Amino acid sequence: MSDIPETKAKNEATNETKNDFQISKWRGRYGLPDDRGYFGQFGGRFVPEVLVPALEELTEAYEAVSEDSSFKEELREMLRRWAGRPTPLYHARRLSRRLGGAQIYLKREDLLHTGAHKVNNALGQALLAKRMGKKRIVAETGAGQHGVATASVCAMLDLECVVYMGEEDMKRQALNVFRMRLLGAEVRPVAAGTRTLKEAVTEAIRDWVSNVATTHYLLGSAVGPHPYPAMVRDFQSVIGEEAKEQFLEMTGKLPDYVVACVGGGSNAIGMFHAFVTEPSVRLIGVEAAGRGLESGYHAASLAKGRVGVLHGSKSYVLQDADGQILTTHSISAGLDYPGVGPEHSYLKESGRATYVAIDDERALGAFRLLSGVEGIIPALESAHALAYASELAQSLGSGQSILVNLSGRGDKDVNLVAEVLGTTARISPISPSSVARDEKVNVADVLGVRG
Amino acid sequence: MSRIGQVFENLKLKGTGAAFIPYVTVGYPSVDATMEAVSLLEECGAEIIELGVPFSDPMADGLTIQHASHEALRNGITPARCLEVAALLRNRVKLPLVFMTYYNPVLSYGVKRFCADCENAGVDGLIVPDLPPEEAEDLALAACNHGIDLIFLLAPTSTDERIAEVARYSSGFLYLVSVTGVTGARERLPEGLAEFVARVRRFTPLPLCVGFGISSPEHAKEVARVADGVIVGSRIVEIMGSGEGYAPLLSRFARKLKAAVSRSAPV
Repeated sequence: MSDIPETKAKNEATNETKNDFQISKWRGRYGLPDDRGYFGQFGGRFVPEVLVPALEELTEAYEAVSEDSSFKEELREMLRRWAGRPTPLYHARRLSRRLGGAQIYLKREDLLHTGAHKVNNALGQALLAKRMGKKRIVAETGAGQHGVATASVCAMLDLECVVYMGEEDMKRQALNVFRMRLLGAEVRPVAAGTRTLKEAVTEAIRDWVSNVATTHYLLGSAVGPHPYPAMVRDFQSVIGEEAKEQFLEMTGKLPDYVVACVGGGSNAIGMFHAFVTEPSVRLIGVEAAGRGLESGYHAASLAKGRVGVLHGSKSYVLQDADGQILTTHSISAGLDYPGVGPEHSYLKESGRATYVAIDDERALGAFRLLSGVEGIIPALESAHALAYASELAQSLGSGQSILVNLSGRGDKDVNLVAEVLGTTARISPISPSSVARDEKVNVADVLGVRG
Repeated sequence: MSRIGQVFENLKLKGTGAAFIPYVTVGYPSVDATMEAVSLLEECGAEIIELGVPFSDPMADGLTIQHASHEALRNGITPARCLEVAALLRNRVKLPLVFMTYYNPVLSYGVKRFCADCENAGVDGLIVPDLPPEEAEDLALAACNHGIDLIFLLAPTSTDERIAEVARYSSGFLYLVSVTGVTGARERLPEGLAEFVARVRRFTPLPLCVGFGISSPEHAKEVARVADGVIVGSRIVEIMGSGEGYAPLLSRFARKLKAAVSRSAPV
């Protein structure tokens, strides 16, 4: 990690705890959050009183099913037969060769039903809601992936489904709005603020506050009040568990690096969880740097935020000097959120994971690179993780390995990318001749890193 | 006894009914309007005033107060500016001033510093709807050190156990949320409100004030039969946002509310 002179004193002060932490806490004894929903100083339950009983009920119900083998079996079967688990682990040989460094492996959550990892959590929570006797589900959605996953699960389980979506996002993702409606969900536009994910979450919470007796709030990321961050992580941890086993089987060892994109952070925490107690594996979360971390147009809460309280938990939050929540920007709607799950804040502060940021341009570069070299169109969210992994790979030797969570597929983003790049101009990620000759890629060019 | 405690003590002694507690968002539609409205509301008989310190993401508020908050923020209102406004009001009005805000602006300002500055400005109480008692240790301590009442909320969904717990932490009064929902004017009062108030009464000697959804003198009268205070927010904010000539409308509405809560004084 970097040892910037200004922060040296601070680093020295925390070094001791960091070492202790790695030796004792991370060896298979990871029992967080605590009973109050805290990961260190992060998490908790900052909600209106009306929701406290509902959250207590949810916590109890969740704890009960997490010990219940019939629930786990039901979930496992549905994940297998309905959603398409396990997803493959793919050794991206061609990409790795092109980059000329470490070996890159992709966990193919893009192949999951509804096109992204979101369905793991949607299915888990909906089954739980059903057991709790709730007949109505509310959810928020940004890009529409969580909304589509929730609408699909509700259709299959015969639950009423209302999805809140910012008006701006509805415009950008009109096709997903149609998909949700086709699946029987009611999509309610949110006109407040920037009309994106943050407002959709707030509105879903308001609905839940008003209909708490009949309704379960199916929150889509590892954010929000306790027990959501832990529950969403647990439902998503199937990603990392599968990947770890598959990786061991394929290579006989653990990956050196695990890389995933972080908006709220559910795919990343689902991937990290299986590796958090393996000290040899470096965990790297990739936030959205938008138009650049200094531009003011980004969504990098861990890089640029301060500790605050948003949507029910204490974590890093993008806010102004007065504690007002800032508007964010990312080319990928799924990362366009001013907060981050409390466990990521904890992993950052404890030094167990490292967080970096990738801007729009480099994410687009990786989007094109993977499409052209491996025949896989990644979601723009996942392209952030790929962009960082590609740069990292070039700095490592071929004996090293990077596991990337390919959290979703990019079909939903094709229109947007076509608009940005133009449908005819320079679509090829690398020149046709270099594709033919299988030449090494200059990643800096492809990812648009300027001198 | 705190200035807030004194209000309820006096009402009880005189037997003149429940406290009339209006809410205004600081800086909506302007700081001048806030100053003017608070004086006016005191003249019309308000016993306590709630001052909304605007937050960008007010999750317990309905459309009216969301809109007012965003407009106030666009007018450049900050927590520091709200403290200035409170200090100016303190010199003009006698009634207790209670800030209603969300936790993040307080956390960002610094919990201790915020309470110290509230004390200096003459703010008497704090209501933070997204801060249940189990998360409120820092703020409760700081508020206590600076003689500020920290007022907690209860909802119809609160269990008996929970009521006893929350009541233990609250000071000044308890804020009973009338509905399972967000703030905002409503056509009717929810059923079971009287039972809810009676249920809470069993656990605490604190004054009980009811808010959320009370939007007419008829509502206020009904609530005043069972509660010690009646909080009216969204309807007042709507009137203040209705244009330049809001003052006579506000005055008329406030006097009606005052009459409604007073007449129903227990015999």
